[in-house]
Amino acid sequence: MRDRLEIVIVVVAVLFVLLMLELVRRRQLREKYALLWMGVGVVAVFLSFARSWLDKLATALGIDYGPSALFLFSTLFLLGMAAHLSWEVSRLEERIRRLAEEIALSRARPPKDDEPITE
Amino acid sequence: MPALNEEGAIGAVVRDARALLQCDVVVIDDGSTDRTAAIAHDSGAIVLSLPFNLGVGGAIRTALHYAEREGYERVAQIDGDGQHDPLEVKRLLAELDKGFNVVVGSRFSAGYELSGSRRFAMRRLSSVVSRRLGVPVTDTTSGFRAMDRRAIEFFARQYPVDYLSDTVEALLLAADAGLRVSEVGVRMHQRTHGTPSSGRAKSLYHLGRLSLVIALHHLRGRSRNLGDTE
Repeated sequence: MRDRLEIVIVVVAVLFVLLMLELVRRRQLREKYALLWMGVGVVAVFLSFARSWLDKLATALGIDYGPSALFLFSTLFLLGMAAHLSWEVSRLEERIRRLAEEIALSRARPPKDDEPITE
Repeated sequence: MPALNEEGAIGAVVRDARALLQCDVVVIDDGSTDRTAAIAHDSGAIVLSLPFNLGVGGAIRTALHYAEREGYERVAQIDGDGQHDPLEVKRLLAELDKGFNVVVGSRFSAGYELSGSRRFAMRRLSSVVSRRLGVPVTDTTSGFRAMDRRAIEFFARQYPVDYLSDTVEALLLAADAGLRVSEVGVRMHQRTHGTPSSGRAKSLYHLGRLSLVIALHHLRGRSRNLGDTE
């Protein structure tokens, strides 16, 4: 039973890492994110084989059940990632707004009848 | 003059403003899908066409960028839907002449009525903003304003672009920057076209967000004071 679970985890993790590699190869993903997610895949594989490590870590933190610790870590990690991505999206939105403004300014047309206007 | 799909009203508003005020009229076409830009241009306006909708705040920031680069000394913001009377701009400009940097045209002095919850929100905003500015401002969300060169330069760099922030938060920022703000009463037209941007749930969300903005503003002010030696 345990072996089967490990096989599933390894297969999923390897597919995930391959997907990340493929996205980087097609230049659809920045290297920094690819490295991060591949790291996640490697850690997942490692923990599925070295359960005793996970249990030790959990005990050290005062958590009785190893997988609970894993849950906690992954939740915190995903929370951090979501926050980071919100930050990046906000930054990108501001940049896009600036670009839109620049486009509007650079294609500004003078008024049709060019009569001089006095204050 | 920010405009979104105002092809029915924009032509007359632009012509009115040009005739009555003898000034350059800049229309910011905020991603309209109709003929707003073409009609505004034909009516003699300088048209800044945004590639997609940025909202009123984004449109205003675009206009202020333009004013800053082109060296305009004063700008007035009026709606493209015809609810502001261009003649009233003169009142705003007269107030700028007294040495104010930002002048808000208030709809209330001319008998503009609001329903219950909205009125409550407006009063709250008014009291917060007035306290911060040190001068009474009753119509904090008015989109009928004028600015001088100093305010143009300040806001071209950092105009708040979110809905309602563009009006309320801008006043708070002006206060921080030491700009002098004043309010004068203006007459309003009935809307000739378009519908007011409301919707109850949306309004609530925006009020909530605005409260956060105001709270953050206080925090920033404090940290800035700590950091400054002035």
